Amino acid sequence: MLITCPYCGPRDVIEFTYQGDGNRERPQPASQDLDAWNAYVYNRLNPAGDHNEIWQHSGGCRAHLRVVRNTLTHEISSVAFARGDHKSVARHKTEGKS
Amino acid sequence: MSPRRTDSGGLIDRLRTIRFTFDGAPYTGHAGDTLASALLANGVTLFGRSFKYHRPRGVLTSGVEEPNALVTVLRDEVREPNIAATMVEIYDGLTAVSQNRFPSLAWDVSAANQFGGRLLSAGFYYKTFMGPAIGPLKSTRFWMFCEHFIRRAAGLGRAGTAADTARYERMNAFCGVLVVGSGPAGLMAARAAADQGARVILSELEPRFGGSANWSGETIDGMPGADWAARAAGQLEGYDNVRLLPRTTVWGYYDGNVLAALERVTDHKERPGKGEPRHRYWVIRAKSVVLATGSFERPLVFPGNDRPGVMLAHAAERYTNEYGVLPGHRIALFTNNDSAYRSALALKKAGAAIVAIVDVRPELSSEMRELADEAEAKILSGHAVVATEGGKALSGIKVQRFDMANGALAGDARSIQADCLLMSGGWSPTIHLASQAGAKAEWNAARQAFLPPKPTQMWPTQQWIGAGAFTGSFSTAEAIAEGRAAGLSAAGGTGTPAALPVVEAAPGDPDPAPVFEIRADGKSFVDFQHDVTAEDVRLAHREGFISVEHLKRYTTLGMATDQGKSSNIPGLAIMAEALGKPIPEVGTTRFRPPFSAVSIGSLAAERFGDLRPERLTPMHDWHVANGATMYSAGLWHRPMIYGLSGETIEQAYVREARATRESAGIVDVSTLGKIAVQGPDAAEFLDRVYTNMFSTLAVGKARYGLMLREDGLAFDDGTTWRLGEQDFLMTTTTANAGKVMQHLEYFLDVIWPELKVHVTSVTDEWAGAAIGGPKARAILAACVTGTAVDNAALPFMGIVHGKISGVPVMICRLSFSGEMAFEVYSGAGYGTHVWEALIEAGKPFGLVTYGLEALGTMRIEKGHVTGAEIDGRTTARDLHLDWMLSKKKPFIGSAMMDREGLIAPGRLELVGLISLDNQPLNGGAHIVEALDEANPHDSIGHITACCYSPALGRYIALALVKDGKARRGTRAHISDPLRNRFGPVEIVSNQFFDPDGSRMHG
Ligand SMILES: [Zn+2]
Repeated sequence: MLITCPYCGPRDVIEFTYQGDGNRERPQPASQDLDAWNAYVYNRLNPAGDHNEIWQHSGGCRAHLRVVRNTLTHEISSVAFARGDHKSVARHKTEGKS
Repeated sequence: MSPRRTDSGGLIDRLRTIRFTFDGAPYTGHAGDTLASALLANGVTLFGRSFKYHRPRGVLTSGVEEPNALVTVLRDEVREPNIAATMVEIYDGLTAVSQNRFPSLAWDVSAANQFGGRLLSAGFYYKTFMGPAIGPLKSTRFWMFCEHFIRRAAGLGRAGTAADTARYERMNAFCGVLVVGSGPAGLMAARAAADQGARVILSELEPRFGGSANWSGETIDGMPGADWAARAAGQLEGYDNVRLLPRTTVWGYYDGNVLAALERVTDHKERPGKGEPRHRYWVIRAKSVVLATGSFERPLVFPGNDRPGVMLAHAAERYTNEYGVLPGHRIALFTNNDSAYRSALALKKAGAAIVAIVDVRPELSSEMRELADEAEAKILSGHAVVATEGGKALSGIKVQRFDMANGALAGDARSIQADCLLMSGGWSPTIHLASQAGAKAEWNAARQAFLPPKPTQMWPTQQWIGAGAFTGSFSTAEAIAEGRAAGLSAAGGTGTPAALPVVEAAPGDPDPAPVFEIRADGKSFVDFQHDVTAEDVRLAHREGFISVEHLKRYTTLGMATDQGKSSNIPGLAIMAEALGKPIPEVGTTRFRPPFSAVSIGSLAAERFGDLRPERLTPMHDWHVANGATMYSAGLWHRPMIYGLSGETIEQAYVREARATRESAGIVDVSTLGKIAVQGPDAAEFLDRVYTNMFSTLAVGKARYGLMLREDGLAFDDGTTWRLGEQDFLMTTTTANAGKVMQHLEYFLDVIWPELKVHVTSVTDEWAGAAIGGPKARAILAACVTGTAVDNAALPFMGIVHGKISGVPVMICRLSFSGEMAFEVYSGAGYGTHVWEALIEAGKPFGLVTYGLEALGTMRIEKGHVTGAEIDGRTTARDLHLDWMLSKKKPFIGSAMMDREGLIAPGRLELVGLISLDNQPLNGGAHIVEALDEANPHDSIGHITACCYSPALGRYIALALVKDGKARRGTRAHISDPLRNRFGPVEIVSNQFFDPDGSRMHG
């Protein structure tokens, strides 16, 4: 599996660390809503299809990336910096015949 | 002359004779022979014994799918079992032995197993050993009793015990087009892609490129197929953009078009050449892949189909045409399709007599009749073979009238004398790699085979194109056309260039009759290697194993080293018949890597032994030169003790700790994790990360901090120093340095991207020395310049900058040992220089160096926590660190730390233990209220760290004990049956020594 890091280009998955479900929403720091905290800490989506994931390029630039990966095919349809700079979305197309 | 070698023909080098041994007997063959072809040429028919029944077995195939002829190859002390004789190229001195026989191949005591067939039928192991306990034969114990005998009687070859001295190598390769398989389709694809300028890798698992062209007897472009293939491969060799990999099996197809291949570099050589590895493991990243992997011929299932002398039709044709070996002189064929007729003619031309072609089909085409006539073979259409005769070699077959429509046999069985029976049950495309890549095979009723899907149904992360027999196009002309088209398309090219090579081939319909099994009395084998019979499959069905996955596991069909390459489809067909369903509804199993056996050595390649990096502190060499016994802590090497001659470990650390508390000691703390936290929002960030406040910390001061995980459990602790308004130096425990860094990065990147903070790991930039004890300040005063170090200039948790021996240093007054202590940081390159200056300054004061043992002892005396207590299950409260939990602000973990379970009574809390019998305590020992040595029970906790305390003169320990705080002052027992240590302890506060901190505050 290759992930195209917006900084570093296409790199083997071995350079990355999976950092979990990217759909989790952290409650406001002062929130006392235990259900919301519980959902954030323990609940993970497990879709059969496109999944929004956080990966860290730990063996490269160390940026956290928001990766949309199809859990059935491992196809990666988009990679962006998790910091949310949408201009940095990398066009990630599986290399193949043109 | 070998008895079965033809006078001429074949691709072997008849001028080169090669000597080898099989089961100790000497044989000769020619260069280009496999072990199988050379032994067949010598008239050998018996190659091995079967797995379960120890039936005599010959060679069934001529290639990688061989289930029967498995041998062990011996090279010096190293033995490699379960190698197919069809894949072993002979070399001078080759030593191979047969398997599964005791005491010898020809005379095997376990062969009697075949008469007790019912005993070893499907599910034998499950039924006998996993059923309910009956009387004294309690299943598991009964298994343990029987295992020894069964393992000896069953099973494949024996693995060696000598270390493998061969070298293995790993290679990464990148290419535009990887072509797997070098038959006519693969050769055409490689050529077409190469002509487009693509970087091409062509892999072929056999030593020779050309695949079926080498033995089909067909003519391509007016020359024999073998010559055409040799010319095509030779031309490819001249391309700069083509890499040819013979003897290379592509065995795995992974995401993103990453393929794994095994190249057998020197297995065919007497000795490896200079620098050559035995095997090379290729990791190939291909833009696109052409799968031209061909097809496997299927056996037919009928009684006695496993007798030596029964062989696949194409294999016999190959032995004849490629190796110049006739597998028999009086040959019968048994087929459900046209391809066997070409084989018959090839054998006839090479000098064999074709005694009969038994065809299950009642009607045959005129072309087949002409081929049979040319082979002077009698056709028995609408017939089937119902038995074979002979012992270790075939002597004859029995045939009977057969009705294809209902499988019924009729009339009297007729005997035909034959020393070889060739069978053909149709062809199955070799779809393994496509299946690994996620392609779902589709049943094709005409071909009676699973074919790879059309490219539109492919998974997006795998880009392959099929060509030739792999797609079900079994003729060479189709293979050539598809190969070229696939190569063009894979390389991104278009258009149809010059005319395709012209093929002259025997006619034939690619579609077989849908007949897989002839039901008659006797054992009919489906999976030859695992001895699974048609009856086993039906038995499994009767017992309720109706899913193909269950069937496979219950009968072990297709689970042997050949992975059912030849047996899968016949097995499915029999299952489908039992279920009364069509084959596609029974389904096929998904193939998984590896396609064929892979040497473990190649997977490890150069990466064996201890390849973890070593982390050494700047003062490492000094420690070693000054008598330190080093100890590995994670990746770090740290001094354990600086022992004097004759000292035990305990004597050494007790001396070091005592001297530190009496005068002064110094320890290398360079391994602590150090992270620069910088930026306008650094203080705010630390307030969120730590449980206590850091925004209120003055510049030039340090503070002890505690971090929790998101779930509210304790995570890590350490001091963080405020070097400037926006500049903090965080320290972490040695073990958690990486985890804390990742934790901080995650929050800054993902959760709080609005915070203007940058974190940098600076662990390796700083050398650190902690110097502590009553004389520590005097030692610093003696060597530090540029700053005072008295109480006013350097109060507890204060930071000063100065110089030692001309080198800038940063000194923070903080204490882990409980003594008046200082951490002295200098640039890593000056670590030893500063360390030596401190040692020198300390000499008049009796300064000692101390290691991890003394460090641990002093921290236990002080009751400080480390990773043994912050074990991922404890909370700040459990560790009596709740005073650090700020109520003024939220922090990571603050919302979750007060959950019911984390504040409920009965939690394990940190306590101290004092051994009351003056005997040492053991880490990990359980603590109990009442001692019961014979039947230890009801643990209330365990020891996390222990030592002899020179300050107390007692053996002490830290422990996590249920409701520990409330138990202070009470007695309990340690219960450690593993090390046979039982004894009374007193539970006390974890702060054994100087609880009010008067020593460190000075
Ligand atoms: Zn990167």
